[in-house]
Amino acid sequence: MSQSTFGLSVNGKKYSVKAEADTPLLFVLRDEIGLTGTKYGCGEGQCGACTVVLNGVARRSCLTPVADAVGKSITTIEGLERSGELHPVQAAFVEAGAFQCAYCTSGMIMGSVALLEKNSNPSDAEIVAGLQGNICRCGAHPRIVEAVRIAAKGMKEQRASSVTVAAPMWDRGSEGQPAEGAL
Amino acid sequence: MNPRGTQLAIEAERYELRAAPMHRFDLVRRDFFKVFGAGVAVFCVASRTASAQESGRGGHRRDDEEEPKDITSWLHIGEDGVVTAFTGKVEIGQNIRTSLAQSVADELHVPFESVRMVMGDTALTPYDMGTFGSRTTPTMAPQLRRVANAARDLLVQEAAKEWGIASDGLVARDAKVNDPGSGRSISYAKLASGKLLAKDLPDADPITPAPDWTVAGKAMPKVDARDFVTGRHQYTTDLRPAGLIYGKVLRPASFGAKLLSLDASAAQAMPGVKVVRDGDFVGVTAPSEAAAARAIAAMKSKWSETKQPSSRELFSYLKSNVEDGADSRGGKVAGSVDDGMSRAAHKLAQTYTVEYIAHTPLEPRAAVAEWKDGGVTVWTGTQRPFGVREELVDAFHLPKEKVRVIVPDTGSAYGGKHTGDAAIEAARLARTAGRPVKLVWTREEEFTWAYFRPAGVMDVRGGVAADGTLTAWEFHNYNSGASGIGIPYVVANQRVQFHETKSPLRQGSYRGLAATANHFARECAMDELAHAAGMDPLDFRLKNISDTRLRDVFVAAAKKFGWPAKKAVPGQGFGIGGGIEKAGYVATCAEVAVDRASGSVRIVRVVTAFECGAIVNPDGLRHQVIGANIMGLGGALFEAIAFENGRISNPHFAKYRVPRFKDVPEIEAVLLDRKDIPSAGAGETPIVGIAPAIGNAIFDACGVRLRSLPMVPNGLKA
Repeated sequence: MSQSTFGLSVNGKKYSVKAEADTPLLFVLRDEIGLTGTKYGCGEGQCGACTVVLNGVARRSCLTPVADAVGKSITTIEGLERSGELHPVQAAFVEAGAFQCAYCTSGMIMGSVALLEKNSNPSDAEIVAGLQGNICRCGAHPRIVEAVRIAAKGMKEQRASSVTVAAPMWDRGSEGQPAEGAL
Repeated sequence: MNPRGTQLAIEAERYELRAAPMHRFDLVRRDFFKVFGAGVAVFCVASRTASAQESGRGGHRRDDEEEPKDITSWLHIGEDGVVTAFTGKVEIGQNIRTSLAQSVADELHVPFESVRMVMGDTALTPYDMGTFGSRTTPTMAPQLRRVANAARDLLVQEAAKEWGIASDGLVARDAKVNDPGSGRSISYAKLASGKLLAKDLPDADPITPAPDWTVAGKAMPKVDARDFVTGRHQYTTDLRPAGLIYGKVLRPASFGAKLLSLDASAAQAMPGVKVVRDGDFVGVTAPSEAAAARAIAAMKSKWSETKQPSSRELFSYLKSNVEDGADSRGGKVAGSVDDGMSRAAHKLAQTYTVEYIAHTPLEPRAAVAEWKDGGVTVWTGTQRPFGVREELVDAFHLPKEKVRVIVPDTGSAYGGKHTGDAAIEAARLARTAGRPVKLVWTREEEFTWAYFRPAGVMDVRGGVAADGTLTAWEFHNYNSGASGIGIPYVVANQRVQFHETKSPLRQGSYRGLAATANHFARECAMDELAHAAGMDPLDFRLKNISDTRLRDVFVAAAKKFGWPAKKAVPGQGFGIGGGIEKAGYVATCAEVAVDRASGSVRIVRVVTAFECGAIVNPDGLRHQVIGANIMGLGGALFEAIAFENGRISNPHFAKYRVPRFKDVPEIEAVLLDRKDIPSAGAGETPIVGIAPAIGNAIFDACGVRLRSLPMVPNGLKA
C-alpha cells in the first residue's frame, strides 16, 4: 500500500504525517508524532489502553485508521495538562491512587474525560458502564470509580466557582481560550 | 537459539537455592564512585543476613558466575544530600519503588522525598535472583534497612570526627547529625561532601523495630504518580532511541513446529524491510510497526507439525502422564489416613481441577535492543533482569560484561515475565539491523507464546468425626504445583503429595503459584465436610485450627462480613475460604447472586482479611489485597486457555474473559497489623481465598457444588 500525507490536529497542534491510510492512529501518535502516553494493549479494541478523545468522543485509536482522524480534533493524555496543572480527572486519579502498574491509566483517564463530557454527574452504574471497555489487570477498579466520582465533584465545584475555567479539551476552542460549556 | 521447553523451571520454589559467596568488593568500589560521584556508600553483604539464599541461583545457575552476588544492595549519599538506594528488584505495579524508599528513609532518618530508588539495571544494581515469591518486603526491605542503618552510623562517626568529640550522644534526625550537648548540627550532605567513604555492613546491625518506624508503616501514595497520569512515564514499549526501527517475528504454525520452507521474497522486496533467518528463527525489521506486520504477513512458510493434546482431554492427560521423580516439595505423611478414615463419621472423596490461565499483563512482553562495541543493551519488562542477561549471554555467546539489561517500571507481570523471549528476539534482529530495534508482542502472541499458569488435578479424601474433628486428610496435586499444598488445620492422619506430570502447554509462575489451586480444592473440600457434618463452615474451621494467626484472619473477615449471614432473597449465597502461604494469612468471605435459569453468577460482596506481619505501606497493601481478589475473580469464574493440537483457540480478549468493571463487587480489605512480627510479602497470597469463597457461596446459594475452575462457563448450565 502506498503512503500518503495526512494532516492531524493533536492536542491543539498541527502535524503532517506520512503513513498508509489504514495505519492505526495509535501507531501514528506513538511512533510518528512521539506521543507515547497512548498505550498499545491489544490492538483489537478490547482493552481501552489506547483510548483517545476524537471530537469529544472516546475512541479506540488502535481501530481508528489515521485517515479517519483527519479534520478531527484529537486529544491524548499529553493534552490534558494545562500550564503545568493537571486536568481534574488526572488530579483525581492521583488523589484516589487509582493505579498500580498504571499501564491502563492513560486509557482510563481519557475514557473518564469523555464520560464526564457527556455526563457531568454520573452515577456509579454509569461510570462502570462507561469504563466497561477498559481493562485493568491490577484490579484498581474500585479506586478508578472513586477517582471519577472525585473528578466529577471537582469539576462541578470548578464550574460553580469560575466562569473562566480552563477547557481541558482542545477541540472546544483555540488554545487558551475556553469555550462556553467546555466542561 | 531461544529453545522453548514446555516446562520452565522458574517457580521460586523449584529453584535449588545455593549461595556461593564470592568476594569482589574491590571491583565494585573502584567503579562505584566513578559512576555515582563522591559521597558515602554502604554495601550490604548477603552472607551476613538471614536471607543469603536469595542471592543464590538455582535452575539457571552458572558455575562460572563472577559477580559479587553476596552484595545484595547498596546505598549512596551524594554531596547534594540525595540518597540513592540500589536494588536488583523491579517495579511491576506492586509499588515497591515506594515501599522500599519508605524503609530507607525510615532507617536513615531522612525525608521520604530525598530517597531515589535505582532498580533492575544489571549495570548499576547488585545481582538479584528476581522479583517473585513475595520476597521483596521480607528480604530486600530489611537489607536496605541494614545498609541505611550502617550509613547513618557512618555519618554519626564522621560528624564526631568533624567536631572532635565522641560519637556517643550524637543523634541522627532529619538528614542531619545533631549534638544535643551544644545544639549544633551538620547535614548529611555536608558530611558526604568531598568524601569517598565506603563501608561494608558490620556484623551487628540492629535495624529499627516496627513499633518505632516513622516513615514506614504509614500510607504513602505511589511515587512518580504524576508521570503516570500525564503519560510521561516511559515503559519499555514507549522507548524511542535515535534510529529506532521495529521488529517482528514469524511464529510457527503450532507449538514445536519445525520450519520446512520459507519464501520471504515478497517481504524482502518491501521498502526498508530486512529479513533475518537463523535456523527456525525468522524475523523482520522495518521502518514502522505496521510495515513489520505487513512483511511477516507476506511470508509463505511451511511447517512440520506434531500432533498434540487438546484442552478437551486435559485432565485425563495430566492424570495419565505422571512423572513422579525427585520433586517431593510440600509432601507430608503423618499417621495413617486409612485409620483416620475408619474413625470418621463423615467422609469425602472428590476431585477438583483448574485450567491453564494466562497472565495477560496489559503491557505485553516487549524489548528494545541496541548493539554497540560488540555488546548489547536491552530494555525489557521482566521480573528477572539478571536471568534475562544470562539468557542473552547464552544466546549470543557474549561475556557478561557485554550485556546490560535495564527494566523500566513495567506494565505488570503477575509471575508472567520471568523469561527473556522478547529480549532475545529484539537483540537478534538488532544485531543484523545494526540499529536499535523495538519488538512488542501482539496480544495474540502474548496469549500464545508466553507461558501459562499450570493446569492441575487435585484428588482429595477427608474424614470428620461426629464432633467435627478432622480425622484424616489425603491430598494429591497433579501438575499445578506444591505451593500451599499443606493443610493448615490440625489433622493427625495425613498424606499430602505433589505429582509432576507432562504438560501439554508451556507453563510457569503465576501470582500465588499453585496456592490458588490447592486452596480452592482444600477449602471447598472443607466446606463439603462441614456440610456433611452439619456444621457452620466457619465454626468447622475454627474447631480444627490451632494457629492463632489463621484464626484471627478468619474471625476478622467473618466479623466485617457479618458471618453467619441470613439469606434474604432467592439465589443469594455466602461462602468462606482461607489459608496460609508465603508467611501471609488470608481469609475471604464472599456473597454471590446466582440465577439458576440463566446460569449466571454475580459476585455481590467480598471481604478479605489479610495479615502479613508489620505493615510497611497500608495504602499499597490495601491495593494489593483488593487487586489480588479482583484478579482472582477471573480465574475463579471465567478464565481458561482453550487449545487444540498445538494451537491456542482463544488468544484474544474477546474470547478470553478477564474481570471488567461490571464484574467487580463491593470489596473490602481488613488489614491486621502485627508490629511484633517481621513483614511478609503481600503480592500473592491475598489471591488464594477468593475462588473457594465463591465456590462455597454458590453451593450455599443453589446447592450445586462446582469443583472446576473456572466455575461459570459450564458449571451452572442446566
